[in-house]
Amino acid sequence: MIPNLVLVITAGLLFATGVYLILARSISRALLGIILLSNGANVLFLVAAGPAGRAPIVGVNDEAEMTDPLPQAMVLTAIVITLGMTAFILAMAHRSWQLSRTDVVADDVEDLRLVELAERDADPHPESDESDEAVDEVSR
Amino acid sequence: MIAIEWASLVPLPVVLSLVGAGIAVAVAGRLRLQRTVAITTLSLEVAVSVALLFGADSVGPLTVDVGGWPASIGIVLVVDRLAALMLVVSSVVTLGVLLYSIGQGSATNDDEEAPVPIFYPTMLVLSAGISNTFITGDLFNLYVGFEILLAASFVLLTLGGTESRVRAGISYVVVSLLASLVLLTAIALIYAATGTVNMAQLASRLDELPDGTRLVLQLMLLVAFAVKAAVFPVFGWLPDSYPTAPAPVTAVFAGLLTKVGVYSIVRTQTLLFPDGRLESLLMWAAFFTMLVGIVGAVAQSDIKRMLSFTLVSHVGYMVFGIAVGTAAGISSAVFYVAHHITIQTTLFLVIGLIEQRGGSTSLSRLGGLARVAPLLGVLYFVPALNLAGIPPFSGFLGKVGILQAGAEQGTWLAYLLIGASVLTSLLTLYAVSRVWNRAFWQEPSEAVLAEPRRLVVGTVAPAAALVAVSVGISVIAGPLFAVTDRAAQDMLSRTPYIDAVLPGDLP
Repeated sequence: MIPNLVLVITAGLLFATGVYLILARSISRALLGIILLSNGANVLFLVAAGPAGRAPIVGVNDEAEMTDPLPQAMVLTAIVITLGMTAFILAMAHRSWQLSRTDVVADDVEDLRLVELAERDADPHPESDESDEAVDEVSR
Repeated sequence: MIAIEWASLVPLPVVLSLVGAGIAVAVAGRLRLQRTVAITTLSLEVAVSVALLFGADSVGPLTVDVGGWPASIGIVLVVDRLAALMLVVSSVVTLGVLLYSIGQGSATNDDEEAPVPIFYPTMLVLSAGISNTFITGDLFNLYVGFEILLAASFVLLTLGGTESRVRAGISYVVVSLLASLVLLTAIALIYAATGTVNMAQLASRLDELPDGTRLVLQLMLLVAFAVKAAVFPVFGWLPDSYPTAPAPVTAVFAGLLTKVGVYSIVRTQTLLFPDGRLESLLMWAAFFTMLVGIVGAVAQSDIKRMLSFTLVSHVGYMVFGIAVGTAAGISSAVFYVAHHITIQTTLFLVIGLIEQRGGSTSLSRLGGLARVAPLLGVLYFVPALNLAGIPPFSGFLGKVGILQAGAEQGTWLAYLLIGASVLTSLLTLYAVSRVWNRAFWQEPSEAVLAEPRRLVVGTVAPAAALVAVSVGISVIAGPLFAVTDRAAQDMLSRTPYIDAVLPGDLP
């Protein structure tokens, strides 16, 4: 099977931009990255379907000229799944905006705690019960 | 033998859960009716799973061609011994967690993490997704099953929409979706290379591919499943996100979601890529997973995070068994999966009880629980010893099986892993006994004595029942090992599975 070069390059571009976006801090950008990545995977399915042909409807078209219907079914399923995930992430981004007026992915709790501990070690004047507060935050 | 139409039972685990979820959503206003629907559905599922295990063990792999389409172009559902065993364990555990959450919900009506009308339907959808991944016979349906359970897990993880949950939820969502996209890409490439996604057909068609192509496909699938199973080095998402969820939700996640990833690794490694090329890679991954996980656990001061790290660490045992690749190794790995699902869920439920009685799960705040709640002490002590691998419990038996399989292989890498396994077991014992010492021994702390909180019977009973189930696994370990041995031999020879799915000489 000789893959369609344009489709392969398109899929590659979608994957590249998707990966770049998904590493961003902002939730909306990460969401765009996810959408682009899944579209790239869908285009890859089209590549896997082989050369373009006629619509795969029995009785209307000759079987030898039909495109492969199986990847089309899989692409449809993948699109619907991505739709559901996109809706959920949008809801979460909106919730994050409601709670903290910001759209970024917050720092990991463990990382924050380590930073606090490191600052405490560097600071010659000990403060009261900072480690316990960090522990409390973890335990919530 | 009664001539039972076994194949008619095969789609039931998924269909029952989805229908139950639909009914539960339809009666959204009436909590009691929702609970009844949920309990009925899961009890039926336990019964069906046990029947399927019996059928698969006596007759062989049971298959159903969904929609009547032949297996080469349609979706096929296959229940062999491995899938049936996974179904039984997962449905029993989900039922226990559901009973626990019902008990918890009825006691605290205005709890901020109380089940809103979507809790029970979402749990049922989660159960449907898990069952779907266990019984599917083709890779794309595996992806769909993963997405079903992922979507349900997103909802359950961010229940209530508090800030910490949304934060944990975002990172969990992005990492999980990334893994799913790697899986989807791998499926697209597999279809491009072989023309099918049916696993039985792939078993023969993948052998005909050039070595390099097959290696790429194997690695992509392995990466996707490794992220789901929380194997080193892609396990970081798990301790970050699991502890923030409500106790029953964390319990079912910890018990089931990573094991779905482990199951997928077992299935693809034995059925699709049996030449064992990535054996040493899997061994090293198991090595680091075991050690890094348990060292992380020892460093924690919060019990939930400690258990999340032990969860990661013990996945390393299962990957070790899979990497060894012999019948003994795979059999022990499957036994360990069954044991670990039960024990990890039980421990998280007991942690939920500790949180109820003691007010927090932070070790600096707890103390002396054994004096004020001795039953809680027993309920923690038994599964904790089981997890740490103390004889005569199933944790010990599973570990011994894996170690024996490694010793039979005899390479220096296997012996290195045996050493790491023993060290991990000792450190697990250290971690759980540290919790025992600080939370249960010593004088009761103020947090424990602050208000006279009583343990709700509705939550203690299911937790105790699950502890009894975990002890029961130790009791029936002999027959269970016999079942897993047969399952492992079937998986290694591949022909029972392939012949059941593709009768005749379809290529």
